[in-house]
Amino acid sequence: MVLKLTDFKTDVFADWCPGCGDFGIMTALQMALAELGLEPYQVVMVSGIGCSGKEPHNIKVYGVHTLHGRALPFATGIKLANPELVVLAIGGDGDGLGIGAGHFVNTGRRNLDITYIMHNNGVYGLTKGQASPTLKLGLKTKALPKPNINEAVNPIALALVAGYTFVARSYAYDVKHLRDIIKRAVQHKGLAFIDALQPCPTYNDINTKEWYAGEDRKDPKTGKPQSRLYKLEETGYDPVVHSPAEEFQKKIAAMDKAREWGDRIPIGTFYKNELQPTFVDRITNRIPFYRDNPPAKQRISDENDDSTADLAEFFDDLRTS
Amino acid sequence: MAGGPQGAGVDSAANIFGRACGYGGLYVFGRREYHSNIKGLHSYFHLRVSQKEVLANVNDVDLLAAFDAETVVRHIGEVVSGGGIIVDREQIGTRVLGIPTLPPEFKDEVRKYMSQKGLDENLSDFLDDAKKAGISVFEIPYMDLLKTIATKLGIEQISKVTRMINVLTTGVSFALLDYDRGLVEKAVIAVFSDKPKVAEMNIMALREAYDYTQRTFKEGLPYKLASLDAKEQRIFVSGNQAVAIGKILGGCRVQTYYPITPAADESEYLEAHEVLKTRSGDGGIIVIQTEDEIAAVNSASGAALAGARAATSTSGPGFSLMVEGLSWAGNCEVPLVITYYQRGAPATGLPTRHGQADLRFAVHAGHGEFPRIVLCSGDIRECFYDAARAFNYAERFQLPVIHLIDKAMANCSQTYPLFDTGHFKIQRGEILDGAKLEEGAYKRFSFTETGVSPRVFLGTRNGVHWYTGDEHNEFGHISEEPFNRIKMVEKRMRKLELIDKEIPLEEKVNFFGDKDSENMIVSWGSPKGAILEAMEMLRAEGFSLGFMQLRMLHPLPKEYVANTLKTARKVIDVEGNYLGQLGGMLKEEAGVQVNFYVLKYTGRPITTTEVYAALKNILSGQAPERQVLTYGS
Repeated sequence: MVLKLTDFKTDVFADWCPGCGDFGIMTALQMALAELGLEPYQVVMVSGIGCSGKEPHNIKVYGVHTLHGRALPFATGIKLANPELVVLAIGGDGDGLGIGAGHFVNTGRRNLDITYIMHNNGVYGLTKGQASPTLKLGLKTKALPKPNINEAVNPIALALVAGYTFVARSYAYDVKHLRDIIKRAVQHKGLAFIDALQPCPTYNDINTKEWYAGEDRKDPKTGKPQSRLYKLEETGYDPVVHSPAEEFQKKIAAMDKAREWGDRIPIGTFYKNELQPTFVDRITNRIPFYRDNPPAKQRISDENDDSTADLAEFFDDLRTS
Repeated sequence: MAGGPQGAGVDSAANIFGRACGYGGLYVFGRREYHSNIKGLHSYFHLRVSQKEVLANVNDVDLLAAFDAETVVRHIGEVVSGGGIIVDREQIGTRVLGIPTLPPEFKDEVRKYMSQKGLDENLSDFLDDAKKAGISVFEIPYMDLLKTIATKLGIEQISKVTRMINVLTTGVSFALLDYDRGLVEKAVIAVFSDKPKVAEMNIMALREAYDYTQRTFKEGLPYKLASLDAKEQRIFVSGNQAVAIGKILGGCRVQTYYPITPAADESEYLEAHEVLKTRSGDGGIIVIQTEDEIAAVNSASGAALAGARAATSTSGPGFSLMVEGLSWAGNCEVPLVITYYQRGAPATGLPTRHGQADLRFAVHAGHGEFPRIVLCSGDIRECFYDAARAFNYAERFQLPVIHLIDKAMANCSQTYPLFDTGHFKIQRGEILDGAKLEEGAYKRFSFTETGVSPRVFLGTRNGVHWYTGDEHNEFGHISEEPFNRIKMVEKRMRKLELIDKEIPLEEKVNFFGDKDSENMIVSWGSPKGAILEAMEMLRAEGFSLGFMQLRMLHPLPKEYVANTLKTARKVIDVEGNYLGQLGGMLKEEAGVQVNFYVLKYTGRPITTTEVYAALKNILSGQAPERQVLTYGS
């Protein structure tokens, strides 16, 4: 059975503000899941708190709407217990790089085969517009009483140094591009990170749809706006690590691209490395049958409800008589 | 009792002692005490050996084996007349107040002791005073013995063998007690089973110690230790190990943790045994060291939602960080098991010491109201069974279970007849598989009479559903509607009544002694052993006592508590905290008024000796309402 985008919709009303980037990300997710040939029951979508936290309720796959900043630890537990599941974690920039920054970094150390999509709009929308960790120093979005006093975190650079093996960026209003990036991220063998840029039409009056589209910088000849976003894949940039020897150089190239912001913002895949063992590979090295008989699938009791565990080896070590 | 600086092998000596006694058919109860320090500060183990089961420590020390001068100074007051002290000959001249590891507040105590006894400040003065009190002092030339050993082994650097002072001390101790050397050798081999070379060196050291002692101290000690024939199978097991093995029995397949004392040993033990033998083919437990306790609790919840039996293990500071996750698990009805080892608190408190002051916290932690179970084991055997049962409760009632134990149990080791696992059954509650589900119809939080809704694991065909920390409808979607809210709150909370009905009383409470007594002890957790031993002594003296040990502290078996204590004239609460937390809970929930409190918060467990004395004061009508216990270094 070939599933369509509509097979991944629920009848829950999506309560984001009109024009919210979350609509684009939701649609891109639904399209990507349908095109990947997945069935809803094979996928678990884990979210944090905030506007994006509600997204799983609008997508017909298993949805786990967790705590502020904690989507990645939940996703980690789910994937470890049953590595057959396709696990996506989603959250906002405050969720992922503020309260959840420790998890963001440490998840990178494991290279677990999950995809993390960070909704990046520079503000905490649901609490009415405070500055998020990705808002640049000195900017004053409309709800801020004073200009932002903190430097911004660079999500792409942080993902690269933390160990994410697929690092990409896309834009909520370029749904097809985002869909393609999500598909690549899910297909990537290892931990994938997508920095999904999105305007917040209510609270971020600086990085607006018009700003991304470059309406303030029209081509003097044609009079057309010059988009601030450009696609890495159209520049001949090759993000793929083809051999271990390339790893450092590719990471440095990706870092260099991560520095670009302002009038030219790259989207697309910055870095992709499938040469690193995934966490499931690492566990399988220690527990050879892990992949076939993971924790969630193991039979822990028999037909008489007796535990299947054989404790003899434990007790033999402790025996004194 | 044996003590020395941390890092000097006190632990392996304790293990050798315990095992050697066990091989000789004797029962052992052993307690480890150590500082929050890697090397240098004082640590010791306190071991009690008997022909019958021993359940706790007593204050009296019959034989003190000191690796260093500090051990003598700290424990000399505990050694009984007729007992012995083993000491390094080279340490005899140590200026006691010059020992660099003694903290100033302890030095004040030492000064007091010196002025009371009229002692000068050399260790020899302390020892001479002990001799006057009828204590034998055995001076051992450890350095000479080590040199002899080094020569025999062809080792030039003496520093390479100094670590074996622990085995020398062990050897001297057992030789003074005339104990079968073969059994001690067997213990050495077992303890160093993965290092046969080290085992060989240590056996040589042991023989040297035996020979020297038998040659030099012909009379030894007045006490002798004879081995017996143990007919049954026995194990010598710590609380950390018992919990770990209990989890395996209970089907735990994912364990998460962040390093913390005294919980981490359990997780490390599990990781060392991650590949399991099971009767259903290959089995394994995944042990994940997470970045913090927040990740630990939430990863465990995630694993539980996917269908694995999952647990996390921590201590007070870690549990504090887990509380938001606990509330989420309560709201989302996650079968999550949290093993909570209490230690001295608040804050960092006494990180390596005992405490029992987190009962209220475990019962009330988390914002909002949600059902949970708080299980409190009273000894190492109960730790084992409760660790396994916790998963049954968690899955049958779909809620978080907090298994509350303490440092005393975690780090004590005890001899037991091999744990019987024959009667333990796995009960997973109602779980639906895909074949039984109609696409789109499944409601994860369906309103049911019992409050428990049939569960579907993430990844089940036709079972797509949602979880959210928000209040939700039956499908798991966010709902702020008041009528749904009432139904959902009541559905969750109803499970407490179900637990009252379905879990048998014998899994919630133990009763010992005289049911009709007017003197009723109430307690929970590790004081159990000391109380039972004190009761036996008091009953031999003609006192009547009953003892209600609460094992499920939430939901509390209120009716049983109220009925059992209804006619008591003296209700005596024994526990390891300042407020008498159990007493307060009994009053709130069962209307029981505690009349006497026996409390301890030194960071050390309650001993038989001190609880005996406190109870006797109460029974003889001489006690104040509150007695605070202080024993232990």
